[in-house]
Amino acid sequence: PSQVVPGADPSARQLCFAWGPAEVLVCETLFGRRGGSPSRGEGGPGRGRLPGALTGCVAGTGEGGPSSSRVFVVRSDQDIYIQTLRKLFNESHAIFIGLQRGEEELAGKSRKAQLVQVSKNYRSVIRACMEDMHQAAISARDPALHSQYSTQVSVLSAMELIWNLCEILFVEAAAAGPLLLRLLDWVRLHVCDVDTMIREVLSSENPSKHEQFWNVVNVFVLQGRMDDARHLLSKEASANPASANMYEILDDLMKKMPVPSLGNTQTLTEMELKWQHWHEECQRHLQGGTFASNSHLESICKILLGDDDAILEKKELMSTWYHFLVTRLLYSHPTVKPMELWLYAQACMDLFLGGEGSPEPLDTILMAAFEFEMHRVIKECSIALSNWWFVAHLTDLLDHCKLLQSHNLYFGSNMREFLLLEYASGLFSHHSLWQLGVDYFDHCPEYGRVYLELHIERIPLNTEQKALKVLRICEQRQMHEQVRSICKIMAMKALRNNRLGSALSWSIRAKDAAFATLISDRFLKDYCERGSFSDLDLIDNLGPSMLLSDRLTFLGKYREFHRLYGEKRFSEAAKLLLMLMTAHIAPCSFWMTLLTDALPLLEQEEVIFSAEQTYELMRCLEDLTAGKSDKQKFQDDNETTKVEMLRLALARNLARVIVKEGTLDGS
Amino acid sequence: AMEAVCARFVSQKISKTRWRPLPAAALQPPDLFATGSWDNEDNRISIWSVGDLGNVGLSGEYQGEPQLLCDIRHNGDVMDMQFLDQERIVVASSTGTVTVFRHHQNNQTLSANQRWEKAHYHVDQDTSCGGAACTGVICNNTEIVTVGEDGRINLFRADQKDAVRTINNADSSTLHAVTFLRTTEILTVNSIGQLKIWDLKQQRNEPSQIFSLTGDRVPLHCVDRHPNQQHIVATGGQDGMLSIWDIRQGTMPVSLLNAHEAEMWEVHFHPSNPDHLFTCSEDGSLWHWDTSTDISEKTSFLHQGGRSTTYFSHNTINQSVVSAWLSNDPTKDRMEITNLISNQTLSVNSLDILGPCLVYGTDAEAIYVNRQLFA
Repeated sequence: PSQVVPGADPSARQLCFAWGPAEVLVCETLFGRRGGSPSRGEGGPGRGRLPGALTGCVAGTGEGGPSSSRVFVVRSDQDIYIQTLRKLFNESHAIFIGLQRGEEELAGKSRKAQLVQVSKNYRSVIRACMEDMHQAAISARDPALHSQYSTQVSVLSAMELIWNLCEILFVEAAAAGPLLLRLLDWVRLHVCDVDTMIREVLSSENPSKHEQFWNVVNVFVLQGRMDDARHLLSKEASANPASANMYEILDDLMKKMPVPSLGNTQTLTEMELKWQHWHEECQRHLQGGTFASNSHLESICKILLGDDDAILEKKELMSTWYHFLVTRLLYSHPTVKPMELWLYAQACMDLFLGGEGSPEPLDTILMAAFEFEMHRVIKECSIALSNWWFVAHLTDLLDHCKLLQSHNLYFGSNMREFLLLEYASGLFSHHSLWQLGVDYFDHCPEYGRVYLELHIERIPLNTEQKALKVLRICEQRQMHEQVRSICKIMAMKALRNNRLGSALSWSIRAKDAAFATLISDRFLKDYCERGSFSDLDLIDNLGPSMLLSDRLTFLGKYREFHRLYGEKRFSEAAKLLLMLMTAHIAPCSFWMTLLTDALPLLEQEEVIFSAEQTYELMRCLEDLTAGKSDKQKFQDDNETTKVEMLRLALARNLARVIVKEGTLDGS
Repeated sequence: AMEAVCARFVSQKISKTRWRPLPAAALQPPDLFATGSWDNEDNRISIWSVGDLGNVGLSGEYQGEPQLLCDIRHNGDVMDMQFLDQERIVVASSTGTVTVFRHHQNNQTLSANQRWEKAHYHVDQDTSCGGAACTGVICNNTEIVTVGEDGRINLFRADQKDAVRTINNADSSTLHAVTFLRTTEILTVNSIGQLKIWDLKQQRNEPSQIFSLTGDRVPLHCVDRHPNQQHIVATGGQDGMLSIWDIRQGTMPVSLLNAHEAEMWEVHFHPSNPDHLFTCSEDGSLWHWDTSTDISEKTSFLHQGGRSTTYFSHNTINQSVVSAWLSNDPTKDRMEITNLISNQTLSVNSLDILGPCLVYGTDAEAIYVNRQLFA
């Protein structure tokens, strides 16, 4: 609802707003005071909201003196954070998914039966949660906590009440006849105030002597529980043999009362005829004074005749106007048609409230349902409830019943999607429930993908395992940009922690060539400094992923060279080394290192480089030195010495190989 | 049958479920299990009873949902969890800390018994935020081995304050899981598809053997060893593949079995009936792999209500040992695979089996107990 944000006082300070995905920042500013400008709210771009659908929940405030400004974090879905409701969110998630999957499989009647079952499943989850909450309320010792739980119980109970009515009117769309039976079930299920009284009377030794006896009989009559009422009355009858006849007549009337049938066994006209006949019989007895000597029985007979005053006399036993409505329909219009409901509903509410007190949000919502104003039901629920769960799931169900298709919003796509997006955004603002949100976004064809992309990048990744779960979500949906971003974050983290191996793994997974190059350079730098490779287990097992970046290829190949050398496979090593330079796989900065690596091969007893290879080595060396200015050369004595040594070794090798090759040719 | 499964929504995402071990020669089925949660602001270790026998209805079929006996706060995500003995549980945290909790059965409470702060860490153990997630823990008598995202291997003894042995930088990638191969040897799996054997008696800081998936370097997430034939090892990978390895020979898996559609988080041989194997996955499925029956017997198992049953052919390399897992005998070259969960959408993070009982926990914040696994 449009709740007050505690502590934020627009009359004392200017407030400004910033919309977030599921939260709103409210800040106090000095803006209005000095400049005298009117207050300005910063609305988010293109994000319409149902009016007043913002729920106040202050997550953090800065307590300070009058001079310090405060920032309020206002969540749009407060209930997401209620621990006991997590069961509701998780279980309903499974039902929601089932509903989306089961689509279009069945047609006609079985489809409707399926949808009604889904609706019942949702309700049973609400009821289960209510039970838990009720237990929690009972066991809560802290009075504040107790009242908090109790409030939640009544909110859940109201949710179930509304849902149940929507199920009867919209999902099942009960026709005249069965409609009344459903409404009776609805009232019986939800009027629980009288349960204690009933239990007390029924369990007492002599019910008919109990002071609440007639109240309970009346409750049964008002709820249309004829058999229960007759059972009690029979006890009273046997205690009053003198009036036995009177009791018998009433019992007979109650037994004979025609009820609409669920099956197709009788037509509506048949039913109406029977009912008319029965009604006249009751009328005769009342006017004939059959019950004149017993006010209790007379009043029951009046109720059977649908007498408003007689029914309203029992107002206390009904406690709500919608109970009154259903009772009145039962005894005056048992074959009421769905489209006539609103007429009676409005009248009953006015009669019942009798001018005292205005209707509460729940009354308005139920009235909207009786008027078949589905959109108003959803709108009023959005305002009255402190969660998006209810409207999102109900709207989705109604949409699956193909009841909402004509209605498009002037913002976003349609109401179903709009509400699902709100609900899922709320889930994503929760540190733990975000996983559930993914599937809801999946079933929002228009904006779900964009929402998911924006939200998923904001999930904190504190462990690799969590990162893998997020990554799996992105990969399954071909969200390449997000995959890259997550891997990059993880690679950066690993790099900061000096875990080069892990960093490389992450950049390989993201196919991030630039980052792989960066890490390869770190490996090579480490090698140059230490003279040995770290993380051999990784580098030796690069496999095809080596091809991701040139530098990574070089790293892998260079390591291979060392391995060949270590295994004394000199000619293969030499060939590889030369290839690294001639094929320009090695970065120029590394050529001197490679040439230095060639030195021990040149010094081997056995000639390894062929004449042609030696020429190529020489050319590599000359290319390298030619590129450098004289100044640079002189600066680095060490390097100059190296170059000299190399030239000498190359010349000697060339001499040896010419002799050798010449000898071989000659022989 | 499916009715034997009872579920409970627990309002926290479950990362680990473990049966309390039974005392030697116990005949009754397990009755207590522990769970750990993850990704909550307030993570917990909880001890549950599967519902005492008093709860069983007249028909003997009804089983109440698991009852919470006690719980305690745990700092960080629970990454792994193992019972050390009947009373003590070793828990690996995403903060890098390893904690031993004691379950006091007389008054049903939990307390932290011993703690190795930041057993796993990046760069510097003493900085305030340098912890690295401890990803795996395994116990053998009083010895505890842990592995982590830092590539480190620690060996602790339950009663000693300091680590008995630490191998820094044992692996350049993340170690995902660990298990004992023999008394002094452990097996680890890592994020580049390698299975390594380490002999903790040896002083050198190198694995004694490295096995590897060829080609794709698919990360391995879980490992278990055959309880009787120690050379047979099962691992599960990021692609949901089940690999069976014979560590006496070769460096590649003996067979690769296509399994789940996403990460396989855990693999367990049945401890006393190792022809059966169980795996669970991010894709929300839990599979029962059965090699115990041959084809002729199996047909009768085919049509069990509600379960999807598949026959699976797998490629094996020539074997001399008679084990269902390594066999290439054409008449036995099949196994029955059953998905024990229908219509689950969120990840099954953990499972444990003991006797006829299975327990598993999900990201949908529910724990499930099946007490008639082979019924």
